[in-house]
Amino acid sequence: MFMTKKQAQLLLLAAGVLMLLFGVWRGEADTVFSKAIRLCMECVGIG
Amino acid sequence: MDKKKLDPLARFRGFIQAGATLLTNIHLPNFAKGTLYQGSGKYVCVPGLNCYSCPGAAGACPVGAFQAVVGSSKFRFSYYITGILILFGVLLGRFICGFLCPFGWFQELLHKIPSPKFSTKKLKPLRYLKYAVLLVMVVLLPLLAVNELGMGDPFFCKYLCPQGVLEGAIPLSLTNAGIRASLGKLFTWKACILLAVIVGSVVFYRPFCKWLCPLGAFYALLNKVSLFQMRVDTHKCVSCGACARACKMDVDITKTPNHAECIRCGMCMKACPTDAIQYKFGLGDKSNTEATKE
Repeated sequence: MFMTKKQAQLLLLAAGVLMLLFGVWRGEADTVFSKAIRLCMECVGIG
Repeated sequence: MDKKKLDPLARFRGFIQAGATLLTNIHLPNFAKGTLYQGSGKYVCVPGLNCYSCPGAAGACPVGAFQAVVGSSKFRFSYYITGILILFGVLLGRFICGFLCPFGWFQELLHKIPSPKFSTKKLKPLRYLKYAVLLVMVVLLPLLAVNELGMGDPFFCKYLCPQGVLEGAIPLSLTNAGIRASLGKLFTWKACILLAVIVGSVVFYRPFCKWLCPLGAFYALLNKVSLFQMRVDTHKCVSCGACARACKMDVDITKTPNHAECIRCGMCMKACPTDAIQYKFGLGDKSNTEATKE
């Protein structure tokens, strides 16, 4: 087998943490925050 | 009386779903005020499908947040949200759908309304629709269909997601005349989708989760490798088929214990006469079954 399930799980967990940290580092969390605190016009159907 | 040794998670699933929905929308006074929570909790996303324009929302919607980042002029992909979703998916898989998603719980409550109930076994091909929704409406369209400023619309939130109407438009329009006056054709379209999901949920079990939810699709991709797993004890199993008949997600757990559609609801555990099915959490394969193909 190419990779055991345990190895795949550990690899994905590490990838998840690294992607999350990279996203925070380049400022994505601020974009998420600024969208999430305002009324999402598209979501509620205003447009 | 329940004489079986049922796992507490399965036994109290309804309470856990109610608690998760409350925690996800904990800012209850905002419903009366018609305002949104604007604290630092909105930097992170909640695990389930929950609109961030819900007055009570404690965090950001993962699907909306992903599209917001991808559709912004600064970024073409969201490593932040993808990373969070990979962590949620690898740790819990579709346990999130079965226990933590407010919209999944809403559909389950609707399904309790007495009415004729229809099987979805013959509609299995529709399951793949949600992967197309994830790829096209959540990733590709916000990325590629951009305006002159390089910004794309959140296509899933705008044209398909019924949560925005249920949790956002309806409560906000009740207390805010300005929002009420602004609702037009798009709202009507989305309200029709919500109505279709409501009617569908009464007669089918979780139709939105099965066929349309992009968040469920993402977690489904990781269900096979999630640390939260189903274990079928092949020594105890008598192959009676009770688990497959009880599964409303149309999964035969004895063949594929960690099937992409398994939301870990525990209905198979309740149906099993020999207590052969259990929850397991940990690294590695805990499924203890020899068959692997559906």
